[in-house]
Amino acid sequence: MSAYETSGDYIKHHLTNLTFGHTEQHGWGIAHGAEDLAEMGFWSINLDSMGFSIGLGVLFLWFFRKIGKAATADAPSGWQNFVEMLFEFIDESVRGSFSGRNSLIAPLSLTIFVWVFLMNFMDLLAVDHIPFLASLIGIPYLKIVPSTDPNITFGLSLSVFILVLYYSFKFKGAGGFFAELAFHPFPKFMMPINLLLEGVTLIAKPISLALRLFGNMYAGEMIFILIALMYSGGWALGLFGEVLQLGWAIFHILIITLQAFIFMTLTIVYLDMASQESH
Amino acid sequence: MNFNATLIGQSITFLIFVWFCMKYVWPPLMTALEQRKAKIADGLAAAERGQKDLKLAQSKVSDNLKESKQQAQEIITQAQKRAHEIVDEAKEAARDEAEKIKASASSDIEQQINSAREHLRKEVSSIALAGAEQILKREVNAEAHGKVLDELMAQI
Repeated sequence: MSAYETSGDYIKHHLTNLTFGHTEQHGWGIAHGAEDLAEMGFWSINLDSMGFSIGLGVLFLWFFRKIGKAATADAPSGWQNFVEMLFEFIDESVRGSFSGRNSLIAPLSLTIFVWVFLMNFMDLLAVDHIPFLASLIGIPYLKIVPSTDPNITFGLSLSVFILVLYYSFKFKGAGGFFAELAFHPFPKFMMPINLLLEGVTLIAKPISLALRLFGNMYAGEMIFILIALMYSGGWALGLFGEVLQLGWAIFHILIITLQAFIFMTLTIVYLDMASQESH
Repeated sequence: MNFNATLIGQSITFLIFVWFCMKYVWPPLMTALEQRKAKIADGLAAAERGQKDLKLAQSKVSDNLKESKQQAQEIITQAQKRAHEIVDEAKEAARDEAEKIKASASSDIEQQINSAREHLRKEVSSIALAGAEQILKREVNAEAHGKVLDELMAQI
């Protein structure tokens, strides 16, 4: 903290991704500052978000695969209990919200729930520690919570949206899908208005899905950063900040779980709506 | 919010993860869960069957017990009957034996009476002979008077 000139710098620094891209001045490399970012444009990549999200996903799949391979029909013990509980929970949620039978939905839901939860969980790690360690080995920026990066949340929600479109075409056919968009909620002669309304509804799905998760996590991270700022304001303020930090972290445990659950449930609901024959 | 290729990277990663989860993570655990469900159901069914069997066996046992009690009763009655019979038979045999002994005893007595009678007869005839000798004061020729003597003996 003391390395920053103003608290504005501190906040800005904590909200900047480690972006890799191409600039005229430096060629391929890490972006330093907003100008670099603007010049890199779309064809650059946030190394920290990608790295942490892939790392957490691999961790999740590796761990669950390990448990799954060792799983027996006998009395479960230890981690198998935990994993089975999660499986039953997901399976029940899918059964409750998805009316058809589809072998993709449950694994999809499991992946979303656990992965999003793990990405959100990074928020509970103290905001300064890992970026500080990274700065020691020369990494200038590091945002450790992938779900505070809109690229990550939109990446998820757009994939879900593609699945929604795929299922809509598969189960309703192109005609049926169009009819659903065009002949509803008003009679057929008001087709343009119908298309506009239903089109907005359709597009709103992935956007709201991504923005809800992003907004919650970004705001949560922001509050952690603001609380962390108090540690530089003397011992009384620091102590107060410590209490706030603890309270917010405990509350945040609820939020990160809830957000992961909401993302999963909405995905199931959207796919259920897409794969229903008639509206 | 500046969007960049992370969006595409994340989408691809997501799809790969979902595929992997669907292929390698979800099935083995679900199979284990299904197997456990089946196993538990089997166990419960077996327990129920066992209880039913137990009840059946218990009723069978009580039936058997009743039957064997009855059989024992029958055997006892038969034995008692048999015992009575044996006693009766023994009594009969004893009675017969007694009869026989009595008969042989009475025949013995008869014989002894006869022999005594013979003896007496002989004695009497000899006494009578001696008496007659003395009366006649002479020798009686036994051979000559044998016939008379025999007649006398038969008369006694």
